Amino acid sequence: MIPKTEEQELFAPGHRACPGCGEAIATRWILKATGTNVIVVSPTGCLETFTSPYMFSPWRVPWIHPLFENGAAVASGIEAALKYKGRSDIRVVVIGGDGATFDIGMGGLSGMFERGHPVPYICYDNEAYMNTGVQRCSSTPLFASTTTQPAGRKSWGKDRPKKNMPAIAMAHDIDYVATASVSYPKDLHDKVEKALTMEGPSYIQVHTPCCTGWGFPPEKTIEIGRLAVKTGLAPLFEMEAGELTSVHRIGKRVPVEEYLMAQSRFKHLMESEEGRREVEKIQRVADRNIERMGLL
Amino acid sequence: MKKMEILEGSMAVALAVKACKPGVISAYPISPNTHIVEALAKMVADGELNSQYVLSDSEFSAASIVYGASAAGVRSYTASSSQGLLLMTEVIYNAAGTRLPMVLTGANRAISAPISIQVDHQDTLSLRDSGLIQFYVESAQEAYDMHIQAFRIAEDPEILLPVMICMDGWVLTHSYEPVELIDQKTIDAFLPPYRPLHYLDPEHPLTFGSYAEDDVMMELKYMIQAAMDRAKGKIGDIASDFQRITGHVGARLIETYQTEKADTILVGMGSLVGTMKEAVDAMRAEGMSVGLIKVCCYRPFPGEAILECCHSAEAVAVLDRAFSMGSEGPLSLDVKAALCNLEKPHIFSFIAGLGGREITTETIQKITVKTMEATESRRILRGSQWVDLNPSIL
Repeated sequence: MIPKTEEQELFAPGHRACPGCGEAIATRWILKATGTNVIVVSPTGCLETFTSPYMFSPWRVPWIHPLFENGAAVASGIEAALKYKGRSDIRVVVIGGDGATFDIGMGGLSGMFERGHPVPYICYDNEAYMNTGVQRCSSTPLFASTTTQPAGRKSWGKDRPKKNMPAIAMAHDIDYVATASVSYPKDLHDKVEKALTMEGPSYIQVHTPCCTGWGFPPEKTIEIGRLAVKTGLAPLFEMEAGELTSVHRIGKRVPVEEYLMAQSRFKHLMESEEGRREVEKIQRVADRNIERMGLL
Repeated sequence: MKKMEILEGSMAVALAVKACKPGVISAYPISPNTHIVEALAKMVADGELNSQYVLSDSEFSAASIVYGASAAGVRSYTASSSQGLLLMTEVIYNAAGTRLPMVLTGANRAISAPISIQVDHQDTLSLRDSGLIQFYVESAQEAYDMHIQAFRIAEDPEILLPVMICMDGWVLTHSYEPVELIDQKTIDAFLPPYRPLHYLDPEHPLTFGSYAEDDVMMELKYMIQAAMDRAKGKIGDIASDFQRITGHVGARLIETYQTEKADTILVGMGSLVGTMKEAVDAMRAEGMSVGLIKVCCYRPFPGEAILECCHSAEAVAVLDRAFSMGSEGPLSLDVKAALCNLEKPHIFSFIAGLGGREITTETIQKITVKTMEATESRRILRGSQWVDLNPSIL
C-alpha cells in the first residue's frame, strides 16, 4: 500500500536538496515501496550530502553512508550479517548516484551482483557529478556540456555516448534489471516493489533530472523527465533472466530537439548550423533505442 | 585442559578467529595473508565454523563488507597485507570514524615499487593515523592470544575502534611453532557474544555516516583520540581478565627486557624482537649495559610507559622496519616524541630489514656499539641511519 499522509512518509520533509531535485522525489517514492523493514545504504553523492548534516536526518529507516565507491560492498556485508542473525526478512537497498554506480563503484557493484546478494541496487541517474559541481561522468549523455568536459570552440562537450549500465548489470545474469524515471512515480514504485521480491540481486536505474546541473527551471523537473522518456533517450523497460519483459510505450515519437532545447547543457548545439547537425547524432541514439526495444 | 600443538602461525590465527565466532568474514587473497583466509574458508566449508564467509572482489570491498557487517551489529573479521592494506586504507579511516569495532590481521609485507612479497612494516605503519588500534606480535603464540583479546578490545563500549594484529609475513605467518591453545569454553568465558550499543536496525532507525561541518568535526575527531587514550587503561583490564581466565599472558603496551639500570635501550617491534633479545643476552654476557623495549601496542602509542622505562638511560636506539620518506623511521619519531624535552637519553634511529632483508644478532650488536660510541663522544646522529647499505647498488 502506498502511504498517503506525511506522517506515513519514510523520507521526511525538511532536507537540504535544491528545489526541484529529481532524486529527492525519487527517494521518497522508493521508500514508499520498501516500507519500514529495510536498511538503506547511500554511497557519497548529493543524496548523502543533503540528507545527513550531523544531528539532522530525514531518514525514518536505518541508513548508512560509508564511502563513495563501496555502497554495494557495504550492502553485501549488511546482508551477510542479517543472514547470520537469521533476519533475512529485513531487506537491504542501495540508493546511489551515477558517479558511485557507473564509475568509481562499478567494481564493487559487479562483485555484489556476481556473489548474488539479494540486494536491489537503485541508481539515481542525474547524468554527471552534481554534488561536486556538474563534472563529466560515464553516465553523461552525448554532447552534454559539463564543467570538466565543457562545450567550447573545439568541443561539443561529452564526446562519447552514455555507458549502458543496465546491459552491464544484465551481463551478470542477475534476476531483474529495470529502468525508471522520477516522472513516472507509480512505475518506479512498482519496479522497486518487484525488485524486492527477487531472490538474487537486482538493478534499477532511475532517471532523475537535475535542474541546477542540466539548466532548467526547478518547476520543470517532471516535464523534462517525461520528455527524456518520450524522445526515447531514457527508455523505460524491465529485463528478467536476460529477456526484455516489458517496455513503456511512448506512442508518438517526440523529436530529441524538443528535449535538448529545454536545457542549457545542450544549448551550444542550437547556436550554429554545425551544432544543429550534431543533434542528428543524438536523434540516432533515440531512434536506435526506439527500434531495439519497440518503444512505439 | 592445556593443549600444545605445533602450528603454522597462520593456522594459530585461524583457530583463534574461529574460537571468537565472527558472524561475517570477508577477505581477498594476497600473500602472505593467504593461509589464514584459506584455513577459515575450509572451516566454514566443513561446517566447523558458522560464519558468513563473503568472497570479495578486492581488499577494498573486503574491508567494506566487514564494515557493513559491523554496522549491522555483527562481529566481523578480515585479513590483508601490503598493497591490500593500502587499498583498505580509506575504509579503515571510515570504520574508525564511524566507531565500528572490526578486527583485522595485518600480515606484514613490503610496499611496491619495487614489488616484493617479503616482510617489513611499511604497510601497517602507513595506517598509523587512521584511528586503528595496532598490536605487533613476536610469535605465533602471541598472535593467537592477541587475536582473541582483539575482539574484546575493539568491542569495548569505551573504545569501539577497529583493531589490527600485525604479524610479520612468512616469518610468523608461515613458520611452525609450538602454540598452546585455549579450549572453547574458556574462550567463551572471556569473550561473550558481541552486544552492540548502536547498529542498523529497522526497529530503532539510526543515521550512520553523517556529513559533519566545522562546528562538530574537531569534537568528533577528538573523541576518537579520547577513546585511544581510554584504550591504554582498558587494554590492561582486558589483559588481566584474559590472564585470569585463560592462564595465558595478556596484552601489553610494552614488554621490557633487561632494561633495569641499562645505559643503552634498544626499541623494536614484531618478530625481530626475538633476535634482539638474543643479541641483548650476548652483549650482557660481554658486560655491556644494554636492555630492550618491545613495543607491543603501537596505536595508542605507549609514550608514558617508554618514558618511565628510558628516563635514566644514556641512549635509546630505535630499529625501524619502515621509513617515512622525507623524514625518519616512524617508530623512532614516536619514541622521540615520547622522550622530548629531556636532556637525555640521546635517541638514535636505525633502518634495517626492509623487504625481508635479514637482521641478525650481529646487526643488532653493530647498532648498539654505534649508539654507545656516538653517545660517549657526544656525537649526535641526526636523521635515520640506514644499516648495511650496499654501495655498489646506490
